Amino acid sequence: MTKTRVPAVEGWFTLDDEPHLVGSRCTGCGTVFFPAERTACRNPGCTGLDFEEHRLGRRGRVWSFSTNHYAPPAPYVSPDPFVPYTVAAVELPDEKLVVLGQVAGEGPGLRVGQEVELVLDTLYEDDEHEYVVWKWRPVEPGPNAPTGGVTGGV
Amino acid sequence: MGAHDVAVLGVGMHPWGKWGRNFVEYGIAAARDALDDAGLAWTDVQFVSGADTMRNGYPGYVAGATFSQALGWQGAPVASSYAACASGATALEVARTRILAGLCDVALVVGADTTPKGFLAPVAGERGDDPDWLRFRLLGATNPTYFAFYARRRMDLYGATRADFARVKVKNAAHGLSNPYARYRKAVTEEEVMASPVVSDPLRLLDVCATSDGAAAVVISSLDFAARHGAGSPVRVAAVSTVTPRFPNTVIEMPNFSTDSTLAVPAPDLPFRDSIAAAAYEQAGLGPADLDLAEVYDLSTALELDWYENIGLCGPGEAEKLLRDGATTLGGRVPVNPSGGLACFGEAVPAQALAQVCEVTWQLRGRAGDRQVDGARTGLTVNQGLFGHGSCVILTR
Repeated sequence: MTKTRVPAVEGWFTLDDEPHLVGSRCTGCGTVFFPAERTACRNPGCTGLDFEEHRLGRRGRVWSFSTNHYAPPAPYVSPDPFVPYTVAAVELPDEKLVVLGQVAGEGPGLRVGQEVELVLDTLYEDDEHEYVVWKWRPVEPGPNAPTGGVTGGV
Repeated sequence: MGAHDVAVLGVGMHPWGKWGRNFVEYGIAAARDALDDAGLAWTDVQFVSGADTMRNGYPGYVAGATFSQALGWQGAPVASSYAACASGATALEVARTRILAGLCDVALVVGADTTPKGFLAPVAGERGDDPDWLRFRLLGATNPTYFAFYARRRMDLYGATRADFARVKVKNAAHGLSNPYARYRKAVTEEEVMASPVVSDPLRLLDVCATSDGAAAVVISSLDFAARHGAGSPVRVAAVSTVTPRFPNTVIEMPNFSTDSTLAVPAPDLPFRDSIAAAAYEQAGLGPADLDLAEVYDLSTALELDWYENIGLCGPGEAEKLLRDGATTLGGRVPVNPSGGLACFGEAVPAQALAQVCEVTWQLRGRAGDRQVDGARTGLTVNQGLFGHGSCVILTR
């Protein structure tokens, strides 16, 4: 029996082949929020209450990352036996923010400044469902790929 | 002497450990020690400020009342504060401002906790609208994950090494060896840190602080009350900073999924962690050069290095050199965490910021025993609670 693919959280990302994180943009000041802010703009100089959906850019650069070697507590659903996983903080140039996500595939070998893109991958499964979440996947480094740290302060 | 100074009349702690008893027991033990130290009776206290614990049910959410009832209702008004790791400083600030407003002369501040084994976990249940719950569910982003992000930034930006991080643990372990309130009183070598299991790469088990049971209490009063009480020249609270971040906060912090965007508003001049101590320095009319010691929140070894820069002991990227030169070791220019810090205590969340105040008070009184910083006159504590709570206290004598 094929399991049904369902998002692990509703409305935070699109489910197409080239997925995007779904945030919001304040129509007053243009600030982007992820996860989406829909109540009131959090820029203290803006009184905006109206937001439009904003799909975040699919590529960014690694700001930092860490591989976890101990199973976290619930509500994280760990496979048995536990498998280490990597979480990356990724700088998105268009939105000018850093957003977290697990890393799809191999974490080791990742480096600060490396370019990554958004993919969907399994977070955990039960008997009927495969719960998917956004993850960052390293983009194949090209000949001119940077080797040092990121520039500019976020 | 500042116009907003209050006196520290007494301090007390219950030893840190994994005792497995009710947090109230620890809290009132610390409170009684602080009252004895102050030479005051419980019935002399005019206001009680409790720092809350989230993991001990309803009594933990109303800590001020819980401790008051346990000590015996005597009618004093109470407040209960929660600001995560910064709760103790917030509770102290509630008491201090009440004294400075002239609404009472003497107040008792207490924080105590009993912690479960292992990682601190979010509140139980299906909590799909709680970012603290969601970061565990969707990312497995434990607290050490965030500490590891900062540690790797130091490695990438400044060339910090795992050995540098290990040296922080070695230093703090040596400082805490004879501290009767510390949970871990054992010398640690760099090799032992480097050989301990990796928790969140690049941080290892001995780089990351444990969670502990413990309690700390402080009795503060107006300077007039202290003089009438014959306190001589008491340690004084010269500043308490409980600032929050300024938008846009551009450093990823627990429990957030992202930083604020700088699309519409540029990043503030001072990052949040720098702004915490800056506000306290401004309040006290002092600066980093005035410090004789500091107690900083070493949730991880690498984070202690960040704090050196955040409180202005050195410039960005210079913390490793400051450590290697011995400036922050007992006997150095400005010892950091002479108590042994979280490395020796483990974290008892609502008690920890108050424990920092207890240590600095003992240091300024010249009663810190083997870990005494010679001639200490001014000390600073600094800390940060998740969800945007700053915590910094400057004490002088």
